[in-house]
Amino acid sequence: MEINELKRKALQIREMTIREIGHFGSGHIGGSMSIVEMLTYLYYQEMRIDPKDPKKEGRDRFVCSKGHAGPAVYATLASKGYFPVEWLKTLNAGGTNLPSHCDMTKTPGVDFTGGSLGQGFSAAIGIALGQKVKKEDSRTFVVIGDGESQEGQIWEGAETAAQWKLGNLIAFTDLNKLQLDGPTADIVSMENIDTRWLGFGWHVQRINGHDLAAIARAVEAAKEVTDRPSMIIMDTQKAHGFIPGENTTKNHSMAFDETVAEEAIKELLEREGE
Amino acid sequence: MKDTTKLANMRDAVMLAINELGDQDERVVMLDADLASCLGSTSFQEKHPDRFFNCGIAEANMIGVAAGLSSMGLKPFTHTFGIFASRRVFDQLFLSVGYAHQVVHMIGTDPGVTAQYNGGTHMPFEDIALLRQVPGVTIIEPSDAQSMYELVKQAYALDKSSYTRAPRKGIAHRYPAGTKIELGKGIELATGSDVAIIATGSVMVGEGEKAVEILKEKGINATLVDLHTIRPLDTELLEKVAKRCGSVLVCENGRYAGGVGEMIATHLIQTVPVKMDFLNVGERFGEVGNLAYLQKAFGFTAENIVAKAEKLAK
Repeated sequence: MEINELKRKALQIREMTIREIGHFGSGHIGGSMSIVEMLTYLYYQEMRIDPKDPKKEGRDRFVCSKGHAGPAVYATLASKGYFPVEWLKTLNAGGTNLPSHCDMTKTPGVDFTGGSLGQGFSAAIGIALGQKVKKEDSRTFVVIGDGESQEGQIWEGAETAAQWKLGNLIAFTDLNKLQLDGPTADIVSMENIDTRWLGFGWHVQRINGHDLAAIARAVEAAKEVTDRPSMIIMDTQKAHGFIPGENTTKNHSMAFDETVAEEAIKELLEREGE
Repeated sequence: MKDTTKLANMRDAVMLAINELGDQDERVVMLDADLASCLGSTSFQEKHPDRFFNCGIAEANMIGVAAGLSSMGLKPFTHTFGIFASRRVFDQLFLSVGYAHQVVHMIGTDPGVTAQYNGGTHMPFEDIALLRQVPGVTIIEPSDAQSMYELVKQAYALDKSSYTRAPRKGIAHRYPAGTKIELGKGIELATGSDVAIIATGSVMVGEGEKAVEILKEKGINATLVDLHTIRPLDTELLEKVAKRCGSVLVCENGRYAGGVGEMIATHLIQTVPVKMDFLNVGERFGEVGNLAYLQKAFGFTAENIVAKAEKLAK
């Protein structure tokens, strides 16, 4: 898929995510919007998957360890045809298959449950290890947050993935620099995050997480590295593309209705020249 | 069926079962957290180096990795001391294993006072209560080598997550090879009608056997049940012995809150309400010492079981 086509897909997934959260009335818009380009690239360009057979043996896997970004994951999966787009209107409704945080027992296409931060990362390491045990040539992709990286479990995982030389593991950090209570730098800073991962023995790249071409280059480079796990640190803007949430530190979870959602989508499309 | 009578330590029975499963099923993987030499999971490592992973001193990550391996269709066993296998990793085992419907077989060694010289910091009294909070996890505490070997394999065959409370050192040979040992079915070691003693694990079943003999000399005929499976609870047997004896004493090498005694009391109060008493650590923390000292310090002795049973039998 051409980069411009991927950009259009990312824009569609943004629209779907805004509408999904607006329909319910509130949700984790910030951390959903900051990983849309990464999701678009993985699901539309990179991963060996089959939406008609979500549990296909030998597939590539993706774990959203920052499980609260569920709404963006669901928009991506719906857009790929894992389930009807209509499902997005059921976000957080009683009995839904689309709970606020990613749940592998509920949603077709979700490869592991996330929600208690740090846990999806360890599971992704287990999945990548399992792919090696089973001698698959598949890969595991995982995204963690910068706030999530305050969890000790992330660094327990970091050391073992390096020890086990999991070259089939490609991780992303969504460095959006905000967490629930405010700027990460004011709470527990993730300064020198690149060198932290380098110190743990990972292959490290740092890119603009909203630049699809940069994501493509980074993933291709990461795939060349087979003796170490890879970390792609993405500088992102929390709530990117949901313009009412872009210039505030209070965008972890926001309440807004469908009218606001439609206005925000219109504003976004105008800005993107669509 | 293997004969376990020549084994020297309980850990050998655990590893005999896991190694056998590993030989039969290449989906079996084993994870340890820098305590491989303590359990002897090094024997699995030697046989299957490509399916053994030492996760280092990072238990929470180990349980998450095991859950990920399970999602790949593999069959992970994990080992660490019981305190770490329960308290330290509780959120991971609750969410990544339980809530995510993954199957992990967790071995938690040195239950209760069997932690001995590692002392109060290493003494798991709460592991049963914690594991009971995770829906669907099988919980076993076999009292001898043969039942350990049998039940680890039976828990595996259920294809549900399991937690095995296993002493590493010392051994009891109670059941000869060929004894019918069935997960979820307690074993009646003595069948009296004056008082029922329900015991879990090697320490309490061992003391219970001695207590039954002392009680017999005093003219009291006690029932003794080796309740090797804590979940699923053998409610049928418990109701039967409660009806027959009219009183029940539950002996466990752990804490009352959330433990075996509370579990049985909750069931019997609804079905066969009888007089009950409990032997456990109550509100106390653990401490260091050899097994004999600790059993005496916490009252985990045949004499104390006899005293409690006598009161109930009156």
